[in-house]
Amino acid sequence: MARTAPVTDWSLDFDVLDPQYVADPFGIWDELREKCPIAHTDRRGSTWLPTRYEDVTAIAHDIDHFSSLEVAVIPFDGEEPEDPVLPYGLPPISADPPLHTWTRRLLLPWFSHQRVDGYEAMTRELCASLIDGFIAAGRADAAVDYAQQIPVRVIAHILGVSDTHADTFTLWVRDVLEFADDPERRVRGVEGLINYFLAEIANRRDQPGDDLLSMLLHSEVDGSPVEESVVLGTAALVLIAGVDTTWSAIGSSLWHLATHSDDRKRLLEDPEVMPFAIEELLRAYSPVTMARLVTKDVEYGHCPMMAGDKILMNFPAANRDPEAFDDADKVVLDRAVNRHVAFGSGIHRCAGSNLARMELRVALEEWLHRVPEFHLDESQDVTWAGGQVRGPRILPVVFS
Amino acid sequence: MRLRVDPEKCQGHARCFALAPELFEVDDYGMSSVRGDGTVPVALEQRARLAIENCPEFAVEEIID
Repeated sequence: MARTAPVTDWSLDFDVLDPQYVADPFGIWDELREKCPIAHTDRRGSTWLPTRYEDVTAIAHDIDHFSSLEVAVIPFDGEEPEDPVLPYGLPPISADPPLHTWTRRLLLPWFSHQRVDGYEAMTRELCASLIDGFIAAGRADAAVDYAQQIPVRVIAHILGVSDTHADTFTLWVRDVLEFADDPERRVRGVEGLINYFLAEIANRRDQPGDDLLSMLLHSEVDGSPVEESVVLGTAALVLIAGVDTTWSAIGSSLWHLATHSDDRKRLLEDPEVMPFAIEELLRAYSPVTMARLVTKDVEYGHCPMMAGDKILMNFPAANRDPEAFDDADKVVLDRAVNRHVAFGSGIHRCAGSNLARMELRVALEEWLHRVPEFHLDESQDVTWAGGQVRGPRILPVVFS
Repeated sequence: MRLRVDPEKCQGHARCFALAPELFEVDDYGMSSVRGDGTVPVALEQRARLAIENCPEFAVEEIID
């Protein structure tokens, strides 16, 4: 079966890059949960797709059978180099314990509540200046002109690299995540990131700053400096994981508010709903799917999973499971019981979740403050990216 | 009402801290724990229930004596 052929059987031959799945996966998940809650495909290798909250979270916690050594939803389709520059991939996301444990401990303090509070003022200024750029026009592409511009600059600030390369970073990250099916783009993105960070690491060997990259480079673990390939992989991870994901969450939230004026008005009238609304928008439009590698044959949920199979950790579908959430398919801005797993579940909980939440909240607050009334520009199409990260890539809106 | 955070289950989502910072603290690695002995003032009981019902790891528990 060609990987691009249209899907006729979602249970046995799903494709997460199918245009129908990218545009509107919700009905597909509902149907699968009813009749085949763990779907399978042989496109891009033998792969399983759980859709129930209980299954997704159970698999996330079973690190004995389900490894993070391969987290890419769309596997690389070109030739792998024999002597890879990143033998450990992008730790801690692509690692199991013990490498996962100590690399994660290096990163976590940079994304603590206190640190994230310190990034809020620059995020707010950034959002305001972006809005300054388009407010007089009375219209904007809320994805390209706004959502896409925010996380990449905040992450560059934390890493300690210049945000003059923001557009290039965005291009490389999209090459790696959104266009992973295209070997040429994947290679361009990976090589761009590696060469850029190698040069930045060289600069910091002798002249460390107070940034994350310098800290990684000059850390010692058990009395030894951190290997350069780990520093490189971890730095690249912070950029890759911190850009597409949050940008997608901001874009999806603005899409929701552009298409649901009652919810938009509620946020304007009752700002105390905002903390609950942020969690609800994250639940309903969870951007991120990660993969796991089956390390030993196991039967799970009547499915014979074989070593080497992949599992797509369908956090977005788990968050729409009616067994886990009342009115799962409705956005209830003040939802009181919300154990969503938009940031994952278990030991790989998104290390940047505090940062992502702050960016999403500030981006929505600043937007609603300056652009309280807006709706989709019906003369243009909204486009969505999918696969590893789902969110709007073109989102034309008109201010009213 | 008294609460505890199961350190084996907590993965640092920090939902409890966001909902009830009076009742929880979070360390540099994101791990949550209750303030003091976990006793919840009556005025904060609703917040405590929210903390229990929003933890994705089911790590926040009420201690039933």
